[in-house]
Amino acid sequence: MVAEKTWKILIAGEGGQGVQSIGELLAEAAFQAGKEALYIPNFGVEQRGGVSIAFVQIAEGSIGAPKFQKADLVAVLSERAGERIKGYLRAGTIYLYDQSAFKPPVIDDRTVGIQGYETVAPEAFARMTGAEPGPPPRPPAADGVRLVGIPAAQVAKTELTNRVFNIIVLGAIVQLIQVLSPAQVEAAIEKKFGEKFRAKPELKTWNLQALAKGLELVAAPEPVRS
Amino acid sequence: MTEGQKPVLQETPGNTKLPLSWRKETKPHRFCPGCGHGIALKALGEVVDELGILDRVLYGCDIGCSLLSWDFFNFDNIQTHHGRTIPVIVGAKRARPELIGIAYMGDGGGYAIGAQHLVNAAQRGEKITAILANNTLYAMTGGQMAPTTLPGQKTGTTPYGREEAKTGLPMLGPELVAAIAPEGSYVARATVGEYQQLKKYLQKALLNQMTGGGFSFVEVLSTCPTNWRTNAKQTWAFLQGEMPRYYKVGEFRTADAPPGEEEG
Amino acid sequence: MGIKIVSRQLSGEYEKVLRREQRSFMTGNEVVAWAALAAGADLMYGYPITPQNEIMHYWARLTPHFGRGFLQTEDEMSAGFAMPGGALVGKKTFSATAGPGNILMQEPIAMAEMMRIPGVWIIQQRGGPSTATVIYSQQELRLTATGGNGEGLRIVYSTASHQELFEYTIKAFNSAWRYRFPTFVLGDGYQAKMREAVTLFRPENRGWELVPAEPILCLPGVPARDRDPVHLRNTFNLEEELYTRLMDQLAVYERIAPEVTEWEAEVPPEPEVLLVAHGIVARAARQAKESLNRQGWKVGYFRPVTVRPFPGQALRQIAAASPNLRLLVVESAYGQLLAMVKAELYGLTNPVDSLLKPGVGITAEEIAAAVDQTEEGEAVS
Ligand SMILES: Cc1ncc(C[n+]2csc(CCOP(=O)(O)OP(=O)(O)O)c2C)c(N)n1
Ligand code: SF4
Ligand SMILES: [Mg+2]
Repeated sequence: MVAEKTWKILIAGEGGQGVQSIGELLAEAAFQAGKEALYIPNFGVEQRGGVSIAFVQIAEGSIGAPKFQKADLVAVLSERAGERIKGYLRAGTIYLYDQSAFKPPVIDDRTVGIQGYETVAPEAFARMTGAEPGPPPRPPAADGVRLVGIPAAQVAKTELTNRVFNIIVLGAIVQLIQVLSPAQVEAAIEKKFGEKFRAKPELKTWNLQALAKGLELVAAPEPVRS
Repeated sequence: MTEGQKPVLQETPGNTKLPLSWRKETKPHRFCPGCGHGIALKALGEVVDELGILDRVLYGCDIGCSLLSWDFFNFDNIQTHHGRTIPVIVGAKRARPELIGIAYMGDGGGYAIGAQHLVNAAQRGEKITAILANNTLYAMTGGQMAPTTLPGQKTGTTPYGREEAKTGLPMLGPELVAAIAPEGSYVARATVGEYQQLKKYLQKALLNQMTGGGFSFVEVLSTCPTNWRTNAKQTWAFLQGEMPRYYKVGEFRTADAPPGEEEG
Repeated sequence: MGIKIVSRQLSGEYEKVLRREQRSFMTGNEVVAWAALAAGADLMYGYPITPQNEIMHYWARLTPHFGRGFLQTEDEMSAGFAMPGGALVGKKTFSATAGPGNILMQEPIAMAEMMRIPGVWIIQQRGGPSTATVIYSQQELRLTATGGNGEGLRIVYSTASHQELFEYTIKAFNSAWRYRFPTFVLGDGYQAKMREAVTLFRPENRGWELVPAEPILCLPGVPARDRDPVHLRNTFNLEEELYTRLMDQLAVYERIAPEVTEWEAEVPPEPEVLLVAHGIVARAARQAKESLNRQGWKVGYFRPVTVRPFPGQALRQIAAASPNLRLLVVESAYGQLLAMVKAELYGLTNPVDSLLKPGVGITAEEIAAAVDQTEEGEAVS
């Protein structure tokens, strides 16, 4: 429909998983890279709980409506979120999901941000991801969806720290869309978390390593086609 | 006067000398003969004269018979909506703190439709002076029950008399404000029946604002012979005999008396 | 008048963001707060309601550094009535609200309208009626444009991007203080909460003159000695008094309307379809137009920027020039814009179709699909 390619990206997960941070960082990096970018969270009256969704669009030309009906890429961070966003899939949608063998995280309601904004996402997630193994989430049965499974939670837990789980996912998205350089994303991370990094330098190392991991996780195997 | 009626001309009771801050071009004023609003506003005019603050006063009047004072004074006036005079004066005072903001309203405006504004302005300690004429009913609309209507009092909407079980007891405004206003507030109840005391309380209320003390509130027991359907003698008897049975005249908060210590 | 920097703490930020005209990436609510600052707003009176809350948050954060004021009032009526209080004594006051708050605001707005007291209201539309959603809609169009118990003598700018939010907020302050009619920036929850690029600037650097706020009450001098006292009222004893006053005001409004009215139009030769949308939906409409044009459709696009006064003449001219031109009115409400459009086209025979989705967003793809339907629309007359 539109001449210039617009990437329509949907990130969905549990409140506290850092979904909105992924959205914000992607859009910020695209903005820094001189592209048109638009990010909008879903927000409602509920102060806690629920599936958190971020809408991101990255384009060379202008962007129309802030939300969209069909996504080019969805990143699904919990099984419940997968159910919730089914309607956004079309033939060819890239379906990135966490295939780690862990139970879905138990949500600590108090940590979920106000009206869809997560304020303490990474820290909260670190506290609440269960170490308990469980079955990997089932990918959707939608037709023509390109499945890309990554063990993000597992890598975060065993190689880095739970807190940077969402940055691994971010790295994977960046690798899949091929419109942003790692340096641009690093700059966006620095801008958002710079103050925290100064207070706790190891956070920066973790974040950058997580980004690199994410880039690697999908670069190595060819995206699976269903 | 009631909404839609032609203005009734009358002389000011008592002292016939007009305050300087009264606008002669708009006198005689539009209140009914024997109306308490005129007395309260005369006292206010004299106090403004005595304090020499004519050039700094911003006067706001409500909807209710207080609106009839929109061109009453020689100071600038904004006539607002029913119950909304306090926020308008708060808005102006916050914008220009050197002004002396006066919000003048009826009991319906202050205690019913605009009660949230009175309560919150008091609680925030807004540095304005609110003056409320309590004539125990909604006068301008033809005499309906107000929160201040006395038990047993007949009004258009309590034709058999106000019943406590159905509509409660008279609202005690100064007592309420005194209980919630921060230190530095001035709260009193005056009556048009005690002119010198009324002037004294109004003066203290304005001085409190001028010295940056805090919120100042004076309820003035007032008369409405038109809607009370009383003659001069009955009007006086109701004001001096009936109303004080529920409404205690005096100061509830002064600069020297901290919260909780009532004066008499 | 410029911005007086009271504290040095944020002045660096200010230099960077406004003076250097750096492109920034932020939410619409944040944009509005910066715009109010740039426009020389003195005071915000507000009451919390989603999705405008962050305007108050950012403003409250900015104000102490720039010598501006903020008061959180007990409700929207109080905020709305405090605004004319401040405006009358010479300050630029504004507020922001949405949904049920917009309803409560109508009372003070009606007073400002009657008394020609300037003020700026930012409306971030949410779903309605009632509490509905805190998210998005275009259902407050009618309320904002013509709410209140009067004739709707208001100026309403409906924005479609963060750049416009910034520029029209500044413009709204100018229009309000120049014309003295209540002035609105009609945004929505999407614009409030989304992040996109915007270039903030000092209006003075672009040669934009800021209309100063003059006091109406409490001018210098002792009243009755040095000057007449000013007595303002909104209540009249006689029908004739009101009639005279209103007819004067209507004459002023009608005189200024042509210079206030703004719209965007892109019409190809021999157009078949004209998309009509306002606010954020106009973005999708424009995209739909472009993609349909590429497919060979002769589709045009019309967007009222001021929804009050409505650019009716401009729209009517386009429609009248092509009697077979089919209009497709698109809005996130059930016929509020449509009614305005039909009123303006009265007597013309152009078919008018609509895509009405109250309380939800509309994408370019949906609009293109609606154009594709070959059905004839109903004629307006
Ligand atoms: C919003 C609104 N509701 C109702 C009215 C009608 N109204 C005009 S004056 C009034 C009552 C006035 O009573 P009070 O405040 O006690 O003043 P009084 O006339 O007794 O001095 C009412 C209800 C109005 N003007 N505005
Ligand atoms: S309060 Fe009563 S007496 Fe006074 S003007 Fe109004 S109707 Fe007349
Ligand atoms: Mg009364």
